[in-house]
Amino acid sequence: MIVADIKPFKEIMRLVKNYRKICVIGCGTCVTVCHAGGQKQVSEVAAQLRLAAKLEKKHLEVGEETILRQCEHEFIDSLEGLVQKYDAIVSLGCGIGVQMLAERFPHTRILPGLNTKFMGAPTEPGIFWERCVGCGNCILAETGGFCPVTRCAKGLLNGPCGGSQNGLCEVSPDTPCVWQLIYEQLEAQGMLDTMEAITPPKDWSVGQGGCGPRRLVLEHLVEEEKDKHKIAEKVLTRNDCKK
Amino acid sequence: MIVKSDEKYSTLGSLESELAISGLKSGSNLEKLLKAGYFVVTAELGPPRGADRTVIEKKATLLKGYADAFNITDCQTAVVRLSSITGGAILVGLGLEPIIQMTCRDRNRIAIQSDLLGAAALGIKNLLCLTGDHQKFGDHPGAKGVFDIDSLQLLQIVKGMRDEKKFQSGEEIEVEPRFFIGAAENPFADPFTYRAFRLAKKIRAGADFIQTQIIFNVDKFSAWMERVRALGLHKKVFILAGVAPIKSLLMAKYMKTHVPGMDIPDEIIKRMEKAKKGSAKTEGLNICLDVIEKVRKIEGVSGVHIMAIEWEEAIPEIAKRAGLLPRPSP
Repeated sequence: MIVADIKPFKEIMRLVKNYRKICVIGCGTCVTVCHAGGQKQVSEVAAQLRLAAKLEKKHLEVGEETILRQCEHEFIDSLEGLVQKYDAIVSLGCGIGVQMLAERFPHTRILPGLNTKFMGAPTEPGIFWERCVGCGNCILAETGGFCPVTRCAKGLLNGPCGGSQNGLCEVSPDTPCVWQLIYEQLEAQGMLDTMEAITPPKDWSVGQGGCGPRRLVLEHLVEEEKDKHKIAEKVLTRNDCKK
Repeated sequence: MIVKSDEKYSTLGSLESELAISGLKSGSNLEKLLKAGYFVVTAELGPPRGADRTVIEKKATLLKGYADAFNITDCQTAVVRLSSITGGAILVGLGLEPIIQMTCRDRNRIAIQSDLLGAAALGIKNLLCLTGDHQKFGDHPGAKGVFDIDSLQLLQIVKGMRDEKKFQSGEEIEVEPRFFIGAAENPFADPFTYRAFRLAKKIRAGADFIQTQIIFNVDKFSAWMERVRALGLHKKVFILAGVAPIKSLLMAKYMKTHVPGMDIPDEIIKRMEKAKKGSAKTEGLNICLDVIEKVRKIEGVSGVHIMAIEWEEAIPEIAKRAGLLPRPSP
């Protein structure tokens, strides 16, 4: 899941200060799970904005809405008609949601209400950890299921640095040294020889920032879609012919 | 008296050692001395936090003749300093032999290989390959850490440039940089049982010599060396034991609790506590000399690397009192 955190309220206030009619829009998926941008947080932010406006004796109309996913057109479409009623939208979606709304509604200011943090998971109530950086070439088979690209502060691929002590990372002492975890796991699985092999430099071109924004093309779906259009065209042509 | 490793202190065991029979790779003073079986001395020389070359010149004048080669740190602890290669070039000009340090923190593989071509062109022959201290500890904690490659991959790249005349990309190099390749190892870090295997990995990747983390816990270092010898690694790589003089009790306590990967036994702290006011530095030097005396006797130790951080003046005294002078000419 995508993990995000709500922006400081002062910053949200600064973002909306020139608008009179705003709507706070939440997202019902990842950011709901991490208590940043779900229906509950939408209500809280909206209430805070109303209260702040009242204290400053300003007129501010604040609407509230939450859709299941801000990252998919079929859910965003449901906002058609609502968005146009407002001067600006505060999206409590992740960075993807904000951009999807901005693309879909180019005539409305779409403002981010969250800081998007990482791809991760809750490990215990209230604690979320980063687990994947989306490097584009998964090596978890060699590392006992623990990702050093993500979980080592230096992204080391060939074992722990000299700062691993008592199972902890030197960079932040509340973080486990992922290479200690990998070592223990491989030892338990009788696969320690995996750590003797030298992992060569990684090809970062398939990772974040490698060659600009990455995209995934599913040829079979693209073809299917094309075929649908062809069929539709044929039907149209046939209809035309009938005319 | 020239200190040559005798049978007792010999690092090479016999002339059949792979180290002794291999030809010179870089032709550096350090390489020649190690291969001739001398117990070598290297020392750290920290470059200034400014553009003043006279700082390096003064330290060079102070240290000339007291060690065989001098490490110039590469923005150590992630603090901006005059660059390692520049410091190295200044030393070459003054007739001292540098070991430049190169980290993976601030440069990607393109910049690293480019800088190494430049370093070789400036007459630098020794290189210590490090991953580098994390930028969080430095003066620009908001900097983006590069870490395109790690220290093992760096070793592999440098070896490939030297021995196969190839860049990491596989492209050929017309005139290859020829370095005597060093790596660091911390016998005190975890997991302890993996540390000797990690050393083996560094040797396979390309390390010709090793400089260890500062040793205070000689027992643990000995235990690590035992594992190193069991794997036969002391015959494949020259191991230089890292030592350092402590300046004060405060410094000892700070290093014990705040410097990751540093192992300072309570006994050392007690010795510093017992030292009378005004004689902490003397006791710090004594501790350093004791460590040198002990590690010299460990089979497989080929030399010492003195890291007198911001206290380079201590190096001549340490070398002298440890009986490491005069240094031999290669």
